[in-house]
Amino acid sequence: MNDLTPTREQRTAALEGMGCKRKRVEDIRFTQGKGNYVDDVKLPGMLHGDFVRSPHAHARVKSINTDEALKVPGVLAVITAETLKTVNLAWMPTLAGDVQMVLADGKVLFQNQEVAFVVATDRYAADDGVSKVVVDYEALPVLVDPFKSMAPDAPVLREDLAGKTTGAHGPRKHHNHIFEWSVGDKELTDAAFNKAEVTIKEMISYHRTHPSPLETCQCVCSFDKIKGELTIWGTFQAPHVIRTVVALIAKLPEQKIHVISPDIGGGFGNKVGAYPGYICAAVASIVTGKPVKWVEDRIENLTATSFARDYHMTTEIAATKDGKVTGLRVHVLADHGAFDACADPSKWPAGFFNIVTGSYDFPVAHLTVDGVYSNKAPGGVAYRCSFRVTEAAYCIERAMDILAQKLGMDPAELRLKNFIRREQFPYHSALGWEYDSGDYHTAMRKMMESTDYAALRKEQAEKREAFKRGETREVMGLGVSFFTEIVGAGPSKNCDILGIAMFDSCEIRMHPTGAGIARMGTKSQGQGHETTWAQIIASEIGIPADNIMVEEGNTDTAPYGLGTYGSRSTPVAGAAIAMAARKIKAKAQMIAAYKLEVHEDDLEWDIDGFRVKGLPEKFMSMKDICWAAYNSVPPGMEPGLEAVSYYDPPNMTYPFGAYLCVMDIDVDTGVYKVRRFYALDDCGTRINPMIIEGQVHGGLTEAFAIAMGQEIRYDDGGNVVTGSFMDFFMPTAVETPRWETDFTVTPSPHHPIGAKGVGESPNVGGVPAFSNAVNDAFSFLGSTHIQMPHDYWRNWKAAKSLGVLG
Amino acid sequence: MAKIHVTMKVNGAEVEGLVEPRTLLVHFIRENLQLTGTHIGCETTHCGACTVDIDGMSVKSCTMFAIQANGSDITTIEGMANADGTLSHLQEGFRQMHGLQCGYCTPGMIVRAHRLLQENPAPTEDEIRAGIAGNICRCTGYQNIVKAIQYAAAKAKGVEFKEAAE
Repeated sequence: MNDLTPTREQRTAALEGMGCKRKRVEDIRFTQGKGNYVDDVKLPGMLHGDFVRSPHAHARVKSINTDEALKVPGVLAVITAETLKTVNLAWMPTLAGDVQMVLADGKVLFQNQEVAFVVATDRYAADDGVSKVVVDYEALPVLVDPFKSMAPDAPVLREDLAGKTTGAHGPRKHHNHIFEWSVGDKELTDAAFNKAEVTIKEMISYHRTHPSPLETCQCVCSFDKIKGELTIWGTFQAPHVIRTVVALIAKLPEQKIHVISPDIGGGFGNKVGAYPGYICAAVASIVTGKPVKWVEDRIENLTATSFARDYHMTTEIAATKDGKVTGLRVHVLADHGAFDACADPSKWPAGFFNIVTGSYDFPVAHLTVDGVYSNKAPGGVAYRCSFRVTEAAYCIERAMDILAQKLGMDPAELRLKNFIRREQFPYHSALGWEYDSGDYHTAMRKMMESTDYAALRKEQAEKREAFKRGETREVMGLGVSFFTEIVGAGPSKNCDILGIAMFDSCEIRMHPTGAGIARMGTKSQGQGHETTWAQIIASEIGIPADNIMVEEGNTDTAPYGLGTYGSRSTPVAGAAIAMAARKIKAKAQMIAAYKLEVHEDDLEWDIDGFRVKGLPEKFMSMKDICWAAYNSVPPGMEPGLEAVSYYDPPNMTYPFGAYLCVMDIDVDTGVYKVRRFYALDDCGTRINPMIIEGQVHGGLTEAFAIAMGQEIRYDDGGNVVTGSFMDFFMPTAVETPRWETDFTVTPSPHHPIGAKGVGESPNVGGVPAFSNAVNDAFSFLGSTHIQMPHDYWRNWKAAKSLGVLG
Repeated sequence: MAKIHVTMKVNGAEVEGLVEPRTLLVHFIRENLQLTGTHIGCETTHCGACTVDIDGMSVKSCTMFAIQANGSDITTIEGMANADGTLSHLQEGFRQMHGLQCGYCTPGMIVRAHRLLQENPAPTEDEIRAGIAGNICRCTGYQNIVKAIQYAAAKAKGVEFKEAAE
């Protein structure tokens, strides 16, 4: 060694491994407009498809006349349900065990439902054709309010289910009933309520909203008649699942289906499911023999492909007088729209809503969920959250505040009193989960100290007195939220999609010169996987992250994976990467031992290579081992250096965090100002702090949008009244608050690198923080719960109903 | 539909094409000129993903006909890099400050920020936020986009931007 020999610190830094704020690989192309999104795919002879959609929310389709449309120059075909029936594709299975019309078959069940698919030489001609298709409708009574879905005289929506008393998830109670899901011990919970000193009960609604990524859902389907092969470029968060679904429903051999997810312009859950556009484009390509592109416009996106939430949660907590919770009882009315197209693991009709006991040590709990149909768009996707986890977190976090109010306790103190304690982990919840790790008290106290919570409460008390004296017209709210997520679906023992276990995968292939490629079953939609996955490999095998290329989204080259959603990429695929890298390292150790002429056990790992114990000058770098793997492996060993891992996680991971929102609301106008928002996240081991904080900023912004105004709203006739970015709240840089981020680190004990996932935490924890701030602001005036979203108008209405507008 | 001949300068090069009177400029740019960096996010002038620079103004190209741009001088994201092919201060700022995630709004955001800095080389944070209010980002929460623009403003003056990406 001499002065030029890099230090250990320099060697570690050169890897740009875990913990490093590595700049993103993706940005080089994205900042120059050189991304490759689905609408950028252009194939010779490519046609365009566009939908005729229903103006009615509920109507019988008496006839569809396509004669005039077919005369429009450029229009080649109009596909209807009758066309699709010839290939048995008029209906398709949903991920939730229901079936869904691909094109209207006899009736329509929601506004903007797909009725016919016009195929033309370009998008303008397709649109001309759409305007010439004549559909004769007979309007039927419309059902919008889920609380009326199971009324005895409610209109029959799903005539295809007539006589079916059992659905995919058990008995159906009514013609508009989908399932009842029950978890927990009813008897013990009822007993806890019977002897409770204090109880609260509130119907807490989480309104219907939409993920609305900036790029809509789209695809290009190209069927090669000679080879019998179908290639699909699509905005798919889970490309392998799409391939299998296509194989199953289109009866094509799976090896002849090539699914490619190129760059994706945001997903947030919108791009998990299979939509009629994909089926129609594929059929159109098979019929015409040409590639067919389908690109959703924004109005179609908001009104037809996969809403989120629409959960109406009647919530009760039993507690002692001094604020110890003794029981939780929740009934959810879940509005699924016209078809149950929820994107949940197959056995979980309400996702993981049974995380609703949250961060608290409830001795007993009981939960029931009733899913119902209505004349609204199908879906129920997890909009930047694990399956129904944000609904659950909102439910419990709002309810804890209501309990605090009833007890006259500070909401933070109530939480501290009821947290699961650090020594209770792994913790078995009353509703059946095993929480892996947590240190809630530390996180909460750090939040309270960092924000000087006590001083904020003091200021609030003073402002309230000033308000009562008529010296101000502003009310101040502190929104406390402490969430526990359940992410990383999931273990094969309880998670599958259409029978496929929810493992994930990584294949690493090292090249002779010390570079390599990692192929993944996941698919980034902005999360930066090309950057962070290479960082894990860099730390594991000592090859610089810059020398590792990460490839996702091609089902021909990638190992089978279940895709990216539900914050599952780091917990599941991140583990697969580490395990594949460790296989590489194990083989590398054998090669190094052979080359250094020692026994394997005499070697120790040292940042970027193996060193002989006690002989520091005898060292072989991973780079040199890569070369040796291709020319001088030990006798009997196969050459090459590659590995694949399919990782079936032993458990979910449970990220958590403590958030505080400080808000001022002018009661005369309802205008609010977010004065401060502090977010402390614990996602276990942190792979790239820059990307984590970027994810937190983005998730908080989506939480802000949802809590403060973003809603898919229907009028009584089933018309969507928030169908464009004019009406659907989409915050700009002006409205969006400034974010303060912080963290603690409590690694997951069962994950190879201790990471838990973070992308969705800020949405899960953020929504209750905003809503609790609004509710806290008004609470001293006598309100207990104001429903979201909290836009200016609703804030003004709340003030008015509380009698403070004079 | 009868087609009309249009010519314009795009990223410094003279281009021409035949368009229908109803052809949107964004489709002419993306389909005819094959410059796919300009994106479509809403088709109603709200999101700004389609922003291009026309004769010194930021314009949402989804709400302008191609024939309306006849004879104009247009710069798209593909024309934003330095002449030697290196990233501009803005492009570098977006990367350094983690001002992008999915990348879909990024071209419009950078083209808009470019014009903003031409008009106001030293904007305050509030001026930056107001200046990009016509461009929606669903991923970043804007905080690092603001920093990316501040980074570029500092670099243009020849000073280092100290603030790290959050």
